[in-house]
Parts: sequence; C-alpha cells; structure tokens
Amino acid sequence: MTTTTAAPTRIKEVGYISPRRQRVMGIVFLALATMIWVFFSRTTTGQMVTTFVMSPGGADPTPDLIFNTLPFLNVLATISAVIGAYQLVRGFHGKTNTMLGILAGFFVIAFLAWGAADKSLNLAGLLKVAVVRAVPLTLGALSGILCERSGIINIGIEGMLLAAAFTSTVAASLSNLWVGLIVAILTGALFGWVLAVFSIRYKVNQIISGTVINIFATGMTSFLSAKFLQKYQNLNSPGQFPTWEIPGLSKIPFFGPILFSHNLFVYGMFILLIVLTIVLFHTRWGLRLRSAGEHPKAADTLGINVNRTRYIATILGGMIAGFGGAYFTLGSVGRFDEVMTAGRGFIGLAAMIFGNWMPTGALGAGLLFGLADSLAGKLTILRIPIPPKFLEMAPYIVTMIVLAGVVGHTSPPAAEGTPYEKE
Amino acid sequence: MTPVLELRGITKRFPGVVANDHIDLKLEAGEIHALLGENGAGKTTLMNILYGLYSPDEGEIIVKGKRLVPKSPSDAIAAGIGMVHQHFMLVPVFTVTENVMLGDEYVTKGGLLDRKRAAARIREISDKYNLFVDPDAYIKDTPVGIQQRVEIIKLLFREADILIMDEPTAVLTPQEANELFKIMGNLSKMGKSIIFITHKLREVLEFSDRITVIRGGKVVGTTTPAEANQNLLASMMVGRDIELDVNKKPAHAGEKVLEVSGLTVADAHNHLIVKGVSFDVCAGEILGIAGVQGNGQTELVRAITGLMHPVDGKISILGQDTTRAAPKEIIELGTAHIPEDRQKDGLVLPYPIMDNLVLNTFYKSPFARGAMMQEQPIRENANQLVERFDIRTPSIETPVGSLSGGNQQKVIVAREFSRPIKFLVASQPTRGLDVGSIEYIHNRLIEKRDDGCAVLLVSTELDEIMQLSDRIAVIFGGKIIKILPAKGTTKEEIGLLMAGVDTETQTPVSQPVPVG
Repeated sequence: MTTTTAAPTRIKEVGYISPRRQRVMGIVFLALATMIWVFFSRTTTGQMVTTFVMSPGGADPTPDLIFNTLPFLNVLATISAVIGAYQLVRGFHGKTNTMLGILAGFFVIAFLAWGAADKSLNLAGLLKVAVVRAVPLTLGALSGILCERSGIINIGIEGMLLAAAFTSTVAASLSNLWVGLIVAILTGALFGWVLAVFSIRYKVNQIISGTVINIFATGMTSFLSAKFLQKYQNLNSPGQFPTWEIPGLSKIPFFGPILFSHNLFVYGMFILLIVLTIVLFHTRWGLRLRSAGEHPKAADTLGINVNRTRYIATILGGMIAGFGGAYFTLGSVGRFDEVMTAGRGFIGLAAMIFGNWMPTGALGAGLLFGLADSLAGKLTILRIPIPPKFLEMAPYIVTMIVLAGVVGHTSPPAAEGTPYEKE
Repeated sequence: MTPVLELRGITKRFPGVVANDHIDLKLEAGEIHALLGENGAGKTTLMNILYGLYSPDEGEIIVKGKRLVPKSPSDAIAAGIGMVHQHFMLVPVFTVTENVMLGDEYVTKGGLLDRKRAAARIREISDKYNLFVDPDAYIKDTPVGIQQRVEIIKLLFREADILIMDEPTAVLTPQEANELFKIMGNLSKMGKSIIFITHKLREVLEFSDRITVIRGGKVVGTTTPAEANQNLLASMMVGRDIELDVNKKPAHAGEKVLEVSGLTVADAHNHLIVKGVSFDVCAGEILGIAGVQGNGQTELVRAITGLMHPVDGKISILGQDTTRAAPKEIIELGTAHIPEDRQKDGLVLPYPIMDNLVLNTFYKSPFARGAMMQEQPIRENANQLVERFDIRTPSIETPVGSLSGGNQQKVIVAREFSRPIKFLVASQPTRGLDVGSIEYIHNRLIEKRDDGCAVLLVSTELDEIMQLSDRIAVIFGGKIIKILPAKGTTKEEIGLLMAGVDTETQTPVSQPVPVG
C-alpha cells in the first residue's frame, strides 16, 4: 500500500450540477415548449403553409422549402416538452447547455415558421446577412481573446474599431482601399500599443485604460468627422471592397452563397479564426502567451518574458480590431458616420465571454448575435406584429443573460487584469 | 574535489534591511544540503539570487568552477540550476506535458508543438526516477504531491543537476513527504545535488547530508545531522534557547460549546466540499482538525463562522442554532476567529493597527457613541494591546500591512483574545510564522483552553495538532474519518488517516475521483 503513489487530496464530485439549477433549467425548457405551443401553434390554422426561400437571390437553383406550418410547430413543441420533462426528472447534467442551445434553436425555427406562415421568408438571405453581421462581433471577440489570453483585459475594442473605421475611410479616400485597410490595421496596432503601455508600463487599471481609449476614440473621431468629413466630402468616399465569389465553393447548394459569396472581411474572419486557433493552442508562442495569462510567475521562472509577450499580444489584438474597424466603412457602407460602431465592440467582448475565450466559441456567439440582428431586419418585411426594435434588443438581452452566468461558469484566464511585477 | 556550486560573500540589501549578509555556501556533488532558518532569515532571498530572480549587491556565484552572473532564470537554467518553488509554478489549466515543456518546447518540423515527443520524454524521466506521473493529466486534477513531482520533472527535463527545493514538504502529508525524501535520495544517488530549504528540524536531521543554518541574513554555522540535535539547531536558528515542547496540563472538558451535525458545504462551483460532517467541541478542550490542505477545512471553518452558508446540516454554538446566522451574530455569541488567510480575512491591511484592533467591536461602547467613532478609547485600547501582546511596531498608526507576518498574527490574536470569548476557531494560526512566534501563539491557545474556552484548531502541520490537541479529528475528502484522543495516538496513525487510509483495515476510505 505504502509503495503506491499517495492518494489524491483534491476531491470533487464529477459533473455535479446543483439540483436547483437542474430544476430551473427544466422549467426553462418547458417554458420554451409552452411558448412554441401557445404563441405559435395556437395562432396557426391547419391550412397554413410556410415557404422558406433557400437561395439568397441570384442564380442559385436551390428549390424553396414548403411545408405545413401547424404539424411542424406541434412536432417542435412536443420534442421540446419531452426534453424539458427529461431535464426536470433526470437531468442532462454535463449536456445541459447543449440542450439549452438546441431548444433555443427550435424556438427560433418555430418563430420563423410561424412568422412566414402563408408568406415566404428568405431563409438563405437571413443567414447570409447573419454571417455578415457576425464579422465585427467575431473580430472584436478574437481581438479580445488574444489580449486576454496573455493577461491584458481589452475593454477598448469599441474605441479601436471606431478609430480604425475613421482612419481607414480617410486613407482609402486619399489613395485606395488597400492603403485604407493597412492604415486601419496600423491604427489598431497603435491603440493596442497605447493600451499595453498604460497597462504594463504604468500599471493603470486595465478597465480604466480601455475606457479611456473608448472615450478618446469616440470624441476624436466625432470631432474630426464634424470638422472635416462633413465639409470635404471627398475625404469620406473610400469605396467598398467588392464581393469575391469563391470559385467552386460558392456553387454548393444552399450553403455556397451563404458562406462563400462575400467580401474580404468575411473570409478574413474565417482565416483569422483558423490561424488564431492553431497559433494559440498548437505553437510554442501560443503556449507561452497563454501561460502569461494564466500564471505569469510560472512563465517568468521558466525564462519567458511576460511583459514582452503581453505587449506583442495586445498590439496584435489591436491589429485584429483595426481590421474589424475597417469592415464598418470599407466592407459595409462605404462611408464614415459618427459613432457608427454602435457598441459592436462591447458585444464582441460579450461574444468572447460567451465563447469562453475560445476562437471557435467566439465565432459561434458572433453568429448567434448576428442572427438576432439579421432577424430584426426581416421582421418588418414579414409584417410580424412585434416591434423590430424589440428583436434588436435580443442580442443585448442574451448578452446580459450570458454574463449573469445562466449558461454556467466560464473560465477566464486566471491572471487577466493583473499587472505582472517581479518581486 | 571542487564543489558543484559555491556562493562567496553574497550580500543583498533591501530598503531598511540586509536580507543576505556575506553568505558563503558550498554544495558538493551528489549531496543533500539543508538550508535551515526561520521565515525572514534570508533563505528564499538567497535562492532567488542564485536563480536569477534578484541580483546580488555583492559576492559571486561559482558553478562547476565557472563564475555565473544569472540575470534571469534562463541563465540559471542554462547553468544547470533548477528550482522547485514553495508555491508551485504550474499552470492549472495546462497538462503536465505542457507545463513541463513550457519555455523549452519540443516542436515538429512544421513549427507546431510536439506534445507526443515531450510526453514520451516525461514518461522516460518518470520511469527512471520512479515518479509515477501521467504526462497527459491536467494539473488542476492532479494531487499536490504529484504536482511537486511535476515540478521536479520540469527540472530534470532541462537536465538540471543542481536542484533547489524551497520548503518542499509544506503542502504534503507525512507519507507524501516520506515519498519525496525517497525521491530526493534517488536523485542524489544518481549524481544530482540538492539544496533543500526548510524550517522543519526533524526533516533536516533525518534526510540531509549537511546543514547550514542562517539567521538574520548571516550564516550561523554548518554542521551535519550526526553532530546536531533538534534543540541545538533550534537555538542556532532563533539565537536563544527554545522550548520545543508545549507544556500543558490535562484538559478539563466542560459543556458542549460547538455542535455540528451532518454539515454539508458546497463551493461556488456547486462542488460538495464538506460532506456530512458531525462533531462537537467542549469548553476547556482543544479539538484539532488534522488533514492535508484542500480537504474541506477551509469551507468547514467558513460555515462555522458564518462566512458561508451550508447546503445541509446543523451548527449550534452554546445551544443556539447558528446554521444560517450572520458572522456578526456568531461573533456576539462569544466566538473568536483566527482566519486561515490573515491578510485577506483577518485584517484590513491599509488600516492602522489601532483600527484593526477594534474591527469587530468598533460599534460598541466605548469605541463608538451613536454613529460616531471615539478616537481616544480606540487609541488607549491599541496602546494597551500592543504592550500586552508584544506587537512590535513603530506606532499604533502604522498600517498593519507593513508589519511582519508574526506581528500581523499577533494583532489578530490581540483583537480576538481581548474580548470575553467562549469559543475560538483557530485556522492555521501559525502558518508562515517563525519559531519564536509559533511558541508564543501556542502558549496563548493553551491559556485560552485553560480559561475554559472551547478551541477548534485547524492545521495542516501535524506536529502542531499533536502538540496542542486534546482530541484529534482527521478530515479527508470532506469527511471526518475518525476522531481520536490525542493521548496514545501516533503520528503515523494520523498520517495514514490523513492520506485516506483507515488504520484498522489498511484500505482506502474512499476512492476519490478527479474532476473532468
């Protein structure tokens, strides 16, 4: 007995979910099922037919999806109720969040089927717009991930997006789109550097230094825009990056046009996602970066320069935000408007937390928020008697629910927000 | 034969103190050299200099005949010096492999991390030195004893041949500590030289080849276990004769003061940490809770003192149900609490000593009149207590955060003991204190017991539990495994129970499962 290894001393129950949380989630699931039935099934008659258009317009030959509304809604309601009952009685334990996601998806689909009863809804168009709307959110989240994984909280993403949107407009108006893009990225790098200097060199509280960046960027761009861009309109006409169809891939039925017929920024988002995942989790640099964010002292004792790692990560994070900022002008509307980012940087931060500081998670959260955004636009077209402003609030409400911890505990990098000091 | 490592005249000054004063030290190849001294004697400073974390003001370091000026840990690592820190330098969310290769990563030709090759190397090292470490386990699921071996593997992975171990047994059970010494013995047999920092006399005498004692930043002397004994080493460490054994009279247990039944406590993540614990403490006795850190002691104490609400079970103090009572109600019943983390839970560090001394009585007469604080009585109280409890401080206005650990603890003891109390919860009361302060705190605890106070003592130092307690409850995995009388119980028995092995059946009490 004594020759074996000593017994483990830290004991925790495996997959323990409190009974209260299990019950609460069960009730939430049942509530969703009931809502599908009460709001959607009960207001639908047997003859109604839903039409989903499966191509976002153009030459895509995917045929429309047509089905009877009522049976479809009843099936969704029944499945949801069964899942809810199971959760209440037995519980899904570790899979609870997955089931929550699936049921939320059911609810959205039921809502769409109901909204499009006896009408037609362009589902493909809806998703395509969702992907586009996800771009600034996801890029903001990726910027945050890079900074926070190294231990620096970047709450200044909003300001970085806005500043880069402004500089890219002016630069692109004066020369060309590519110069605008590069200037945007450099602007992000500059702001990232400022954040790093504040947080690392002067050890300013990182929430404060990020907030300073936000206030500065808002004030400065509004001032410069009012002073110059209004007067000299030629400074505010940068043009837009064109849509690039990816040969072959864009021809895939249904998914092709949704994913592979976009401009540079959407592809940039996917590429950055892949690159960041590989770099963070499969390279030496990523391992060191994460160690600086989790246990900087351990990193230091192994000869890793914590502060330099953090500088680099924050500047690169700023560059990603800068790229995201250019999306607003060069990738979306082709001009700069005051405070045009409208809190997207903060939602990006929420997406980062929702996605548990993982790049793929950030994309998922970004797409979810993007979908709510896109849906709000469709409501008006469908003449659904819900004010679209209500649905526009949806992503923010989801954000608050997520941040309040309903989805469970997220695990931020252990050392984020604390300056590293050698003794 | 030249020593593998030689320190000559190392001096390091910090503002106001000379942490190291012309220290000379020689480490021979293959020896285990104990560096013995109290907290604050300068051991850790010295090792941090050697490891490149500080630079010395004077003196030189010679490694294998060559002068070394380590500017950062990388230089020390390159010279073959490795250090196992007292607080482990491991990233909890990384695997063993990732932790070991961090800073010295194996990469594939494509530039990606080569976890497989690194894991194979770790397995090889683990087998060679009998370390039983799984390279793919996550640190957060790994028991402390194994974490320490991961630290050792980190050094061996980098081919270090001079190993510095800073207070390596502080977090281990006696059995784990013995395992560690076996490993250290193996390492030294295979040619590694070890400097082993400690203040535990028994370990030094049993397991080292040579002993260097430092006090107040200076080397007091170098000796061998054969020439020394505990009392000699203790007086070398402290500079005066020390009474190592606590003198105490037999206890006169009175009425039940604390009654705990079926207490279950969960942490913030809803993991059950304390699982159905029942015991009681009587007036005039000390009940010691023995156990390795992290087995539920913290949560148990927090529940009893009202800082955490239990999930289930009942607590009563002096016959009153306090299961869900607020800390203030519990304090007013006559409960005193010496918390585990004195800086976080015991004191407001930026506040002056005088205010810290009235933290739980400030709202009462004479310290307050209505909503107004009365400065004069607070000052008088502070002056009295500073003298009575021998708190070494420039003034009563000094922020408590600038005192030494021992004096901070005295402030807490003074505050808690100066009230009329009937029940005392002392959690790790001597953690991080020097021998002199430990002696002082121990005597105060015994005094309180003899005054008829019920004392619940929680400590991970088995020696302390054995010396002070009248009864000993062993906690493992959130359960109290056994309650035994202190008399007639051996350290080995308790040690086995602390590791979760029942002495009578010789089988593990429960099979703990790590969290996924």
